[in-house]
Amino acid sequence: MADDAHPVPEMSESVATDSPRKFSLNFGPQHPAAHGVLRMVLELDGEVIERVDPHIGLLHRGTEKLMEARTYLQNIPYFDRLDYVCPMNQEHAFCLAIEKLLDVEVPRRGSIIRVLYCEIGRILNHILNITTQAMDVGAWTLPTWGFEEREKLMVFYERACGARLHSNYFRPGGVHQDLTPSLIDDIEAWCETYPRRLEDMSGLITDNRIFKQRNVNIGVVTREEAFAWGFTGVMLRGSGVAWDLRRNQPYEIYNELEFDIPLGVNGDCYDRYLCRMEEMRQSLRIMRQCCTLLRQTPGPVMVEDNKIAPPRRAEMKRSMEAMIHHFKLYTEGFRTPQGEVYAYVEAPKGEFGVYLVSDGTNKPYRCKVRAPSYPHLAAMDWMNRGHMLADVAAVLGSLDIVFGEIDR
Amino acid sequence: MIFAVADDVLTSLGERLQANSQGAVHGFTVAFGDLTLHADTSRIVQVLTALRGDAETPFQQMLDLTAVDYPERPKRFDVVYILLSMTANRRVRVKVEAAENEAVDTVTGVYPCADWYEREAFDMFGIPFDGHPDLRRILTDYGFQGHPLRKDFPMTGYVEVRYDDEQKRVVYEPVKITQFRAFDFLSPWEGAEYVLPGDEKAEAK
Repeated sequence: MADDAHPVPEMSESVATDSPRKFSLNFGPQHPAAHGVLRMVLELDGEVIERVDPHIGLLHRGTEKLMEARTYLQNIPYFDRLDYVCPMNQEHAFCLAIEKLLDVEVPRRGSIIRVLYCEIGRILNHILNITTQAMDVGAWTLPTWGFEEREKLMVFYERACGARLHSNYFRPGGVHQDLTPSLIDDIEAWCETYPRRLEDMSGLITDNRIFKQRNVNIGVVTREEAFAWGFTGVMLRGSGVAWDLRRNQPYEIYNELEFDIPLGVNGDCYDRYLCRMEEMRQSLRIMRQCCTLLRQTPGPVMVEDNKIAPPRRAEMKRSMEAMIHHFKLYTEGFRTPQGEVYAYVEAPKGEFGVYLVSDGTNKPYRCKVRAPSYPHLAAMDWMNRGHMLADVAAVLGSLDIVFGEIDR
Repeated sequence: MIFAVADDVLTSLGERLQANSQGAVHGFTVAFGDLTLHADTSRIVQVLTALRGDAETPFQQMLDLTAVDYPERPKRFDVVYILLSMTANRRVRVKVEAAENEAVDTVTGVYPCADWYEREAFDMFGIPFDGHPDLRRILTDYGFQGHPLRKDFPMTGYVEVRYDDEQKRVVYEPVKITQFRAFDFLSPWEGAEYVLPGDEKAEAK
């Protein structure tokens, strides 16, 4: 229907219109400041933005369709590939949805490990966002410093689950494997060294005149706009709305932990940057508390019910029943009761939700992924109107866009 | 642990929202700790406007809009709106049913963020949204045919693309994925409805 009404646009560099000052410009899809494959058609009056039309979907892989043809356990790796900057936070939402359907309680140690790795994911995400946003506005040193720390965090991912990026670590009913004591020690040691590096990074740009000129009063979002456009996470808190799912609708063990929720005042790019910096410090606090709790709470990390969780490897060598359970779990998988749930987590970018419809079989009937960046990117048009061309990169950077989850 | 609201709280909320809707909400369900309102398709704008302006639980945000396809039903689509009230700390889902090619009124006037969500639902399911300012495809390729999340659309799609070095351009060809097979792991002794290979001989005896 719309295919005929909207033919494929011409891929011209810049199209001259009637006025010599007005022209349209293709930003991306291979622009380094586009944070992925984003094509934006900008309509400019001189250097002032009049309209932004983001064309998304260049990374569309049909995740939701693929999920309908696979069992629940086979679907977890798809969530690593949504927001590939913080994979475990995505898996978490899907596991919570399944647990809600099955009415499964995660063992306490499993919950603590989940929170620990969610906060590692938050720092992974914020390092990437802050450093690349700074790079977009001209600060080249930050990515080189920040990515070194990200690398260390990815090693923690690897030591927990064997993979740096696509972890497949959170499972319905807990996490796949327990952490070794030395890994907990190393994570705690990193929590002591990272603040210095964070302050180094902060010292480079927080009071930097150029960084402020590029970010202060750019892309201002009011409270009402943030509500209307479905903003969540830092985009909402940057505008002064005290809303964090970890506090307001707590899951796992967040209600036992001490941490603060930083809020912005002006709702501009600079306030959102400050919020992310402070969130990293708060995540470190949470991680330290988790390490302490992990030492105090031995026990299983996964439910003992072998209809949902695989039996232990050693058990499988001796027990025929365990062997059958393992085979059935990894071929047929488990079934969920008929119904639908919406589960959500406070992912680093905002509320990451999974709307799961089950028809009682071993595969989801429909799985809708609510990606936080999706409504954020939809706001590009009105956020940029009246701004200069150079501000597009600053606004886009502060939106914290990852195309894996927008295009799905 | 998951944040949960008691079922009786949700039930009373659902009763109140239904009573306040002037008949536009014709029922609600509480299941798995979630409240779902069932509304009339033609009055969805009225329902969402009332929910956003509700005195006790104003639902400030629409977090998601999506659809589910049930091809065997006369009205095959469920359009689902997921709302959040930050002041009252409550969530609600609103569901309406739509037949194929039946237009659903756009809610961009109530929640502006519905813009892209409705474009996505149109792209994936082919649900037209009446009054939408700019209803184009959003996620699929330029010039794409069909609506991929419908249940009658095959998982592999119909075409595949590759770069052709002779023609010096990207070419579209009918899909050929030889390695793809439909695996069915549902236990045959727990409700599978097909005849297992070899079972037909037992019947013949």
